[in-house]
Amino acid sequence: MKARVTVSLKPGVLDPAGRAIHHALEGLGFKQVSDVRVGRVIELDVAAGTTEEQVADMARKLLANTVIENFRVELL
Amino acid sequence: MKSGVVVFPGSNCDRDLMTALELVTGKKPVALWHDDPAIPADLDLIGVPGGFSFGDYLRSGAIAARAPVMRGVADAAGRGTRVLGICNGFQVLTEAGMLPGALMRNAGLDFVCRDVALEAVSTDSHFTSLYQPGETIRVPVSHHDGNYQADDDTLDRLEQQGQVAFRYAEPVNGSARDIAGVFNEQRNVLGLMPHPERMVEDAHGGTDGRRLFEALLAALG
Repeated sequence: MKARVTVSLKPGVLDPAGRAIHHALEGLGFKQVSDVRVGRVIELDVAAGTTEEQVADMARKLLANTVIENFRVELL
Repeated sequence: MKSGVVVFPGSNCDRDLMTALELVTGKKPVALWHDDPAIPADLDLIGVPGGFSFGDYLRSGAIAARAPVMRGVADAAGRGTRVLGICNGFQVLTEAGMLPGALMRNAGLDFVCRDVALEAVSTDSHFTSLYQPGETIRVPVSHHDGNYQADDDTLDRLEQQGQVAFRYAEPVNGSARDIAGVFNEQRNVLGLMPHPERMVEDAHGGTDGRRLFEALLAALG
C-alpha cells in the first residue's frame, strides 16, 4: 500500500525558487503563467491498514514544517 | 564553564566552535555524538554547530533535529542549560521546535558568504550582555538557508518580549524584520545565522564574536 504526502508552502510565504522558475518560464516564452509555487511529493510504502491519520502524524512530526508548510495526505 | 558541542554527520564548524570556546574559557569542550541522547549533566553550555547535517535532506536541519542527541539537548534546555545554535545549528533548533520560526532559502537564491554588519538588539541575556543595545558589530555569515520567517503574530511577540538577539544592519538574505538571531522565551536558548566563533581573534579580522563567549563565561563562571 502506498501513501502520498504533498507538501506545499503556505500562502503568503515567499518562494524564491518558485519565482526563479517563473522567471525562466517567461524567458522560454510561456507568458500565460502568473505565479509558480514549488512543493514536494513524498511517496511512502506503508503496511496495509495504515490510516490517513497515522500518515498525517508523520507529516506533522517530520515530513512538513508546519511553521511554513501545509501538507495533504492521500492513501493510494 | 563546562561546554559540549554536538557533532552531526556533516557538521564542519564544530572544531571552530570548540576552538573558540577553549580560547575563551580555557577548558576543552566535550564532543556530543549525534546518536547518543546522554548529555553530561554538568554542562553549562551546549553548542549546536554550523555546517551541514545528514545532507540537509528534506529541509536544512530537519533530520538532525530528530537525532537522538537532540532529545538530550531539549531536556538540558528545559533544565535551564544554555544552548547556542549557530547557522545549521540555528536551523536544527527551529526544526526541533526549541526556537520559533523557520529558516528558508535566501531570498536572492545565492549562497551568502561574507562579513556582515549586525545590530545587537536584546542584550539582556547571558549570551549578549557584553554588547550595547543598538551597537553595530561585524561577524561573518555563510549560508544558503538563512531567510528567517515566522507569522506576524510570532514576529510581534518576539519583538515585544525581547527575543530578537541580533538584526542584520544591511540586506543579507530577506529575513523577516531583518532578524539574524532569536532567543526562546526563557532566553537560555539562542540561535543565530552569523558565525561569532569565526570572529574571536585578531587574525580573523576582528573580535566582535568573542564577546558572546566572554559574556557566557562571565555569567556561568
